[in-house]
Formats: sequence, structure tokens, C-alpha cells
Amino acid sequence: MAAPENPQQQAATIRHAFGNVLSFLILLLIGVLAFSIRLFSVIKYESVIHEFDPYFNYRVTQFLIKSGVYDFWNWFDDRTWYPLGRVIGGTVYPGLTLTAGTLWRIFNALNIPLTVETVCVFTAPIFSAFAAWATYLLTKEVKGVGAGLTAAALLAMVPSYISRSVAGSYDNEAVAIFALIITFYLYIKTLNTGSLFYATLNAIAYFYMVCSWGGYTFIINLIPMHVLLCIVTGRYSSRLYIAYAPLVVLGTLLAALVPVVGFNAVMTSEHFASFLVFIIIHVVALVYYIKGILTPKMFRVAVTLVVSVGLIVGFAVLAVLIALVASSPTKGWSGRSLSLLDPTYASKYIPIIASVSEHQPPTWPSYFMDLNVLAFLVPAGIIACFMPLSDASSFAVLYIVTSVYFSGVMVRLMLVLAPAACIMSGIALSEAFDVLTRSIKLQLLAATENPQINAGDATKVTPNDAVKTEKSEDSVKERSSRKSKKKEKENVEKASSVSRKEKRLLVLPLEASMIAVFLLVLLGAFYVVHCVWAAAEAYSAPSIVLTTRSNDGGLHVFDDFREAYAWLSHNTEVDDKVASWWDYGYQTTAMANRTVIVDNNTWNNTHIATVGTAMSSPEKAAWEIFNSLDVKYVLVVFGGLVGYPSDDINKFLWMVRIGGGVFPHIKEPDYLRDGQYRIDAQATPTMLNSLMYKLSYYRFVETDGRGFDRVRHTEIGKKHFKLTHFEEVFTTHHWMVRLYKLKSPKNRIRGKTKKSKSKATTTTSSKRIGARKKNPWH
Amino acid sequence: IIDLYIVFAVVTALIQIAYVAVVGSFPFNSFLSGVLSCVGTAVLAVSLRIQVNKENKEFKDLPPERAFADFVLCNLVLHLVIMNFLG
Repeated sequence: MAAPENPQQQAATIRHAFGNVLSFLILLLIGVLAFSIRLFSVIKYESVIHEFDPYFNYRVTQFLIKSGVYDFWNWFDDRTWYPLGRVIGGTVYPGLTLTAGTLWRIFNALNIPLTVETVCVFTAPIFSAFAAWATYLLTKEVKGVGAGLTAAALLAMVPSYISRSVAGSYDNEAVAIFALIITFYLYIKTLNTGSLFYATLNAIAYFYMVCSWGGYTFIINLIPMHVLLCIVTGRYSSRLYIAYAPLVVLGTLLAALVPVVGFNAVMTSEHFASFLVFIIIHVVALVYYIKGILTPKMFRVAVTLVVSVGLIVGFAVLAVLIALVASSPTKGWSGRSLSLLDPTYASKYIPIIASVSEHQPPTWPSYFMDLNVLAFLVPAGIIACFMPLSDASSFAVLYIVTSVYFSGVMVRLMLVLAPAACIMSGIALSEAFDVLTRSIKLQLLAATENPQINAGDATKVTPNDAVKTEKSEDSVKERSSRKSKKKEKENVEKASSVSRKEKRLLVLPLEASMIAVFLLVLLGAFYVVHCVWAAAEAYSAPSIVLTTRSNDGGLHVFDDFREAYAWLSHNTEVDDKVASWWDYGYQTTAMANRTVIVDNNTWNNTHIATVGTAMSSPEKAAWEIFNSLDVKYVLVVFGGLVGYPSDDINKFLWMVRIGGGVFPHIKEPDYLRDGQYRIDAQATPTMLNSLMYKLSYYRFVETDGRGFDRVRHTEIGKKHFKLTHFEEVFTTHHWMVRLYKLKSPKNRIRGKTKKSKSKATTTTSSKRIGARKKNPWH
Repeated sequence: IIDLYIVFAVVTALIQIAYVAVVGSFPFNSFLSGVLSCVGTAVLAVSLRIQVNKENKEFKDLPPERAFADFVLCNLVLHLVIMNFLG
């Protein structure tokens, strides 16, 4: 049968080649799609860096490019956390900045003169295109090329990923998600092929992930979990050993290389799971090895011997380990990881972690907003993974289950859920299309091959009627209704072999499958429309520039933040210190280039509590605190005139809580009236006297005569007051950012210094660093 | 031969742990890199052995040269990292 094989083979290779070219083109288009859907903010606003954290990364990248890698690695930053400073080299995840720096150097070497800002802004879309390709590779390993292409197309557009990787969102997740998917892909590839080469690549990819994001602990816990699952379900094989063991050793070493992680790689509980499973897999490997060598009887003897010895040793080691772990108050976990496991932990002990809006649990609508159609394709994908169940598909199921759980704890982790959901949905959609198109093809095939047989018989091509099909094929064989006998034979062979296979596979009626295909395509269309809408409207806002539509349809732009930072950088001395709430620290150092007291890194709770206390205290006490920190300017964000809801008065409750957590004289009930924070006439006197109130509403009554706060929708309580210890130096166009300067102490002191009063204020400032100045005010 | 190599690596690791238990772990990174290098080479040797073993059904198609090349590559990366970490 050599002759008829050749054309069939040729046809198969041509189809194969055509399929390859087609999938390559599709992948290219997916990359372009992923890149361009994230460009809405650049088109609508300008190529600017968004939010707060990216400004810090941008500043670090600038420093890296200017000074080189060695200086960057050892950088000690004295422009933040005054007077403590911050060891940048040891506390930042260098992956993102190194990547952007490398990209900039490559572009410059090719004589494409891009500014650092442009490279930083566009790093995220480029890497999201890479991430889409990585998803294709990963899903191809799990299921096949069709599923891979679908999953890649889904990931290119999924809103949850877009939200953290628009052009301008220069944050760790931009490269970290790519690193995550690549690491998983290489792990699955190693698992499927058992080659050490891929194991090495896997370790290197894991190293890249550790460099990029603190979420790498997810990988180092998920992979051991999967290995354990495979062992427990009896799927142990030597490929599993090769996939896992080198990864643990190399991975731990590589993780320890990154300064942020350092020795945490072996000391914190987040990594213990990997070591535990490392030991377990060695034990299992040994057991299998011995089982292969010994006879069954000797094996049983050996087992009892080893088990008894092993249990004793195991208990000893476990006791030591438990003692070590229990000795640390958090059982060895870091605060953020612990809040993942016990969601109530942060709200009880660490108010800062609880206050970040990204760390709140997500609402149900946000699942649909971020995942849309994928939300109900995922269960279908999980079922599709079970037939057949392989190592790779069990990994995919485990991945989605864990990421669903963790995304339920913190809304920020919906980002980790996105690739899992895309993979599952890709598998589900591809399987569905498989079944449906196969039904259509078979139905059409049966219809054309039996022109004499009426429609009623054609519908008898059902799974149970394989015999009948073969009979009808035989009758066709006798009829010479086709052009060439050879082709008919091929068709019949194909059809009969396919129909024999079809015995177990599902073949649906023709009309139903066509309608189903159409509906699925419609579903995809809805998904695309939603994603584009979400990218354009919801996730493309750079929070540094705000816009609103005026009544006649025109666009009104609020550029107050940059206005304030520019004023600061032009009108103050280089060494002046600026105090504000920690949200604005990164932006102030990056754009205004001034030293700040606290910034978004929030690594020192006491320092933040100091600033919070100062903001909640009356003017004199606040002046004392700020003076002890050498502060010259205070920056306050106020949204009452324009209705900007994320201003400092709305964040005031966190200032009180965090300050009160460290300094007990700040008591939250002092600021509450009926359990609510109010700023109108019903507000408590402590609230009305606090620095935050005064700095926000100073001269506010001059704007409209009544002092109506558009965010709180009330008139303010205390309308006419003067500031004694601060003076206003700048207020932006829409009153959104207000800058105040500390008044220097008077030279002459009138009257006696009231010793009792000064003692009260100095006892509060004595808890802080810095020299205590005797209160020179009356 | 590979078995002997594995035993040697494991014994070296144990000696290093004993040393740390006696002397204390001051340059912790050196200790870590030393121990992990031993464990790493042991693991890689085991992987090599798995792949080269003729009775192992799963690796029938893998030519031993390829397995050894992978082993060498992995060892290169491992030792590069260790040299860096040794301080």
C-alpha cells in the first residue's frame, strides 16, 4: 500500500506545513493584539507613567541607566524615609528595572534613541505579548496546539491582566506574569520530556521570576504541591524526579542570589514546603529503586526496617523544626503571606497591609469584570482536563484551584488567576470546537457519501451505530459515485477508521452543532467587546492625570499633581524635606526630586505612624513632630472642591488607626461621632482641630462662601480659622494639592514658657528620634 | 561509577553540615553554597543515572550523549551560581 500512502502522506505534510504557518501568523497577530490593546492610555492622554509604584521603578531605572549595575546593586537611597534612608539594592526586586535597562541599552545600541521614560512605559505591553506566546506554549504542552492558540488569544485580552500592564503601568507584575507562565511552561515541558536541559532552563526562568516579584512564593509552593499530588495519586515517574529535584536545588541557590530574598530562601516558612517535598520525593525514589532490586519478601523486610528507623529520625527532625518555627511569632511567614493564609490576620495586627485597597477581598462583580466569559468556561475546562488526565493537566487543575482561592483573599491576586483561567478556557473552547466541528464534518461526510440514502439514515451516524456505518460505507464502495476509486478508498478508510474511533467520541446532530459553533463565536465576540471596553474605559486611567467630561461634552483635564510637583521642584531648595501621606512618596521623589519622610514602600510602620500622628494632632503638636524630622513642607491632597474621592480626608481614618497603633494617645473614638468620621458641624473637636482638617480646609470657605465639600457632600464644620504654625505656600488650580510650609519659631518669646504644657507636648515627641526642641511658642 | 560519585557528594554534604554544627555558621552564604553544591551535584548525578540506565523504559529514545550533555550544562549553571554565591 505504498502508492496510496504517498499522496496521503503528502497531503498530511502539506496540511501540517500549512497549519504551522497559520499558527505562526496567528501567534504574531496575537502578539500585536496584546501590545496594541494596552495603548489606550497613551492615545487618550500621553505617554506618561501611571499610579504611584511605577514612579519608584522609573526612578530606580533612571539611576541604573545613569550609574551602571554595580552602583545600582549597592545603592543606598537617602532621599526617602528621612532620616533613615533606604537600602535600595537590598529591598527592591531588580528584575523589572534590569529588564528595562537592558531593553534601553539594546535600543540605543541599535541607534534607536528612545528615552528611558518611553522604554519604561512600553515595557509592559511588550512583555504582555511575550506572556501571550508563553501561554500558547504552556497550553500546547497541556493539551495541544488548538487549545494553545485559543488560550493565547484569551490572555492577550483578559481585562485582569490588562489592568496591571497597560502602557505606563511600569510595575513588577508586567514582567512577573511573563516569568510565571514561562516557568510553568518549562516545568511542564521537563515533566513531559524528562530532559535535564529543560530542567536547567526551568531553574533559570524561576530565577528570573524571583528577581521580578514577591509572588514567586506561589511557584515555589505550587510546584511542590503538584509533585506531592502526583506521588500521592501514583503518578510518580523518574521524569517527575528530574523535573523537581534540580529545580529545588538550583532554584534555592538562585533565589538566594537575589539580595531581597537572600537567606530567606532557606529560612522562611514559605520555602519549607519545597524542602519537605524534596525529601519526600527522594524517599519515594529510593523506595521505587529498592523495590526494583529486591524480591518482594526482602522488600517487605527492608520496608519495615527502614520505616521504623525513618520514623524515629523523622520525629526528631520534625521536633527541631517545629521548635524553630514556633519560636518566631509569625511562625516564620512574612506578614503578607500570612495574610493570604489567614485573611483576618492583617486587619488585626498590621493595619498598613489591611489599608491597601489592593489587599481587600474582591467583590463578585469584579470577577465578572476581570474575567468575563472565562468565569464560566473555566469549569468546562477543568472537566476537559480530566479526560484524559495527564501530569500536565493535573498541574493545570491544581493551578486554577489554588489561584481561585488566593484571588478570593486579595483582589490583587486576580492577576495570578488570569493565566490559569485563560488556559482552562482555552482548553474548554478548543475541546468544544473540536467536538462540534467534528460533528459537522462527519455529518457532512456521511451526507455526501450516501447521496442515495435519505436524511433519516444520515442521522443514524451515532456513536452506537458504527457497524451500520461500516455497512453503508461498504455499499458505497460498490458504487462508483466518486471520481477515482483510489480517493474513494481513502475516504472510506478514513471514514471507517474515524467512525470506528467515533464509537467512543461524541457526534452531535448537524443543525445543533452549527448553531453551537455560531453561538460560541458570538460568545467570543462578546468577550472581545468587553475586553476592549474595559481596557479603554476602566483600566487606562493614569491616576496622575484626571479627566472629566463637562456639560457640553468637552474634556476637562486635572493635572494638579504634576503642577504641584513641578512647583516643588522649582521653588524649593534641593535639600528640603517634604512630609505627606505615604501614597505620594514615590511620586514626590521621582517628579519633584525632594526628600520625603515616608513613601509607598511602607517598610517602617513606626515612621508612618509618626506622620499619621502628626496629621491627626493639633497644630502645635504636629509642628513639634515635623520639626523633629527636619520637615520644611507639608503636602496635602484635597478633593473637596472638585469631588476627587481619594483625597487625604478620606484616608484620614487610616492615619488615625496606624498612628494610634503605635502612639496610644491617638484614640480613634476621639474623632468619631456616632461611629463615623465627620467634618461638618457635628464633628468632634479633636477632628476639627487636627492638622489634616485644618490644612485641607484652610480658606476653603473663600471658594463658594459656604465651604461645601463635594466629596463628603456637606458643609464643613469650622469655616473661618487661621493657621498659627503653618503657612500656605501653594495650592493648585483645582485645589487638589496644597502645600504648606512650617513657620520658623519666633525669635522672641513673649511671656513665661508654660512648663506644664510644654512637658505634655515634649513627652509625645520624646518617643521619636531627633533632638527635642523646647517649645518656643508662648 | 555514578553511584560512587553520588555517595561521595552526599558524604561531603554531611561533612559540611557537621562542620557547621561544630564551628557555627558565620559566613552563612558560604555554608549554604557549599552544602547545596554537594546536594546539587548529587541530584544531577542521580538524574543522569536515571536517564542513562538501559533498563529504564521511559528514556529509551534518549541517546546517552544527549543525557550527558544536559548533565554537563546543568552542572555548569549550578557551579556558576555557586561560585557567585560563595562570596
